[in-house]
Amino acid sequence: MSFNNIEFVIEDGVAILTFNRPDSLNSFNAEMHSEVRAALKETKKNPEVRALVITGNGRGFCAGQDLSDRNVAPGAEAPNLGESIEKNYNPMIRSIRALEMPVICAVNGVAAGAGANIALACDIVFAARSAKFIQAFCKIGLIPDSGGTWTLPNTVGQARAMALSMLGDRLTAEQAEQWGMIWKAVDDEEVKATAIETAKQLATQPTKGLALIKRAIHASATNTLDEQLDLERDLQTIAGRTEDYREGVAAFMEKRQPTFKGQ
Amino acid sequence: MTYQTITTSTDTAAKVLTITLNRPEAFNALNTQLLSEVADVLEQADQDQGIGAVVITGGSKVFAAGADIKEMASLDAVGVMNDARPKHWRRIYQFSKPMIAAVNGYALGGGCELVMHCDIVIAGESALFGQPEINLGIIPGAGGTQRLIRTVGKPLATKMVLSGEMIDANTALQANLVAEVVIPERTIERAHQLATTIASKPPIAVRLAKEALLKSFETDLESGLNLERKAFTLLAATEDRKEGIAAFMEKRKPEFKGC
Repeated sequence: MSFNNIEFVIEDGVAILTFNRPDSLNSFNAEMHSEVRAALKETKKNPEVRALVITGNGRGFCAGQDLSDRNVAPGAEAPNLGESIEKNYNPMIRSIRALEMPVICAVNGVAAGAGANIALACDIVFAARSAKFIQAFCKIGLIPDSGGTWTLPNTVGQARAMALSMLGDRLTAEQAEQWGMIWKAVDDEEVKATAIETAKQLATQPTKGLALIKRAIHASATNTLDEQLDLERDLQTIAGRTEDYREGVAAFMEKRQPTFKGQ
Repeated sequence: MTYQTITTSTDTAAKVLTITLNRPEAFNALNTQLLSEVADVLEQADQDQGIGAVVITGGSKVFAAGADIKEMASLDAVGVMNDARPKHWRRIYQFSKPMIAAVNGYALGGGCELVMHCDIVIAGESALFGQPEINLGIIPGAGGTQRLIRTVGKPLATKMVLSGEMIDANTALQANLVAEVVIPERTIERAHQLATTIASKPPIAVRLAKEALLKSFETDLESGLNLERKAFTLLAATEDRKEGIAAFMEKRKPEFKGC
């Protein structure tokens, strides 16, 4: 596959999707959306892929929507932003969340607007120490989209979610880590390597089991404890039927390293 | 019997027959052959003392995406009038034992109508229900307009039939089209579990209960209550009733014989 706005490679069971419009801080235009869509589809479809890394080239991770696509001339009709969300951003967030494998994010630089929330939709987020998360929407009269109004209160709580969304302040990677919004802040030059290394390690693990963990933890945001206990019972039933579970137990009994196939 | 458009399997110990719609190349579209095969299997199962309940499923991906449009396209008005399909639908509806639908993925058009022919519906979270016939210049033709409105009520039924818009599993649960929503991997298992439970109950009581429940859609309250009273009285003549009550008093498990 060849792309103009992203890079997409598969190595050692890991798909690496890199936003590649560095001149505009990797902000999204229509073509980039369709390329990301294609890459996510291939990630889902390709049986060799057992983990995904999302990152960006240049000094930014992603600045969200490219506003030069959106300039409204005086007197012109208001654009229908809901349409673009329904067609582009929402399916992307849903695809990332539904991928039955770990999705690791390397936030290499500024993550603003939808860019921040795409990062937060990933399962494990590493951010470069110099990276900033900015819910910039409020500065232009909009609300956080791409799941931001859901992921933020779920990760950092309502008080912080509200202030971040209304003030549009820059949040440093270290503060984001302390608040539990991301997994780790790491040195700038190491962020991509760390994410890729983590993904490659996860790609050797029981993929189906990891996907079930992801499902259970996502469901917890809206489930009661009772519902969650039932879900754990059901998902564990499925996990118990996987080949990797057999292999894991066998290896433990035989005191050897397991070889997981992801099935 | 061998079938081309469905597969069947019987869990003899549980007395459960599972019918799996099997036209994966056509998203299990319900062509006439498929309908007639389902009706054939159900008619045999109706006579078979070894079967207490039936599960109907389309497997893990799709329940049934509707009628076979290619087949339908070839029919003119006279052809539609003489079509064998309504007869097969009626045969399916006349099945006297409980039928449980296990729905994953699309249940559209005839698929949604087949769901409504079942007594209990278990849906996977990914299930989608709809009556999209309007998009083809037709309307539901296997009871969709009548059963959907009785099941989910006027507002939702009208929206679905006139707009062709689908509803998801949780909406279907809230609207009473579906009895339970489970994770997709468990849909068939849960339907089978429920069928097993029902098949372990005294079969004459189960059959009369199903009949009385379904008749409620067609009768005024007084006639319905009369029917219920007669069925209730009839059950007083069964061995299973004696056994059920005796076992309850003696605090043991009943052993039903089906008589």
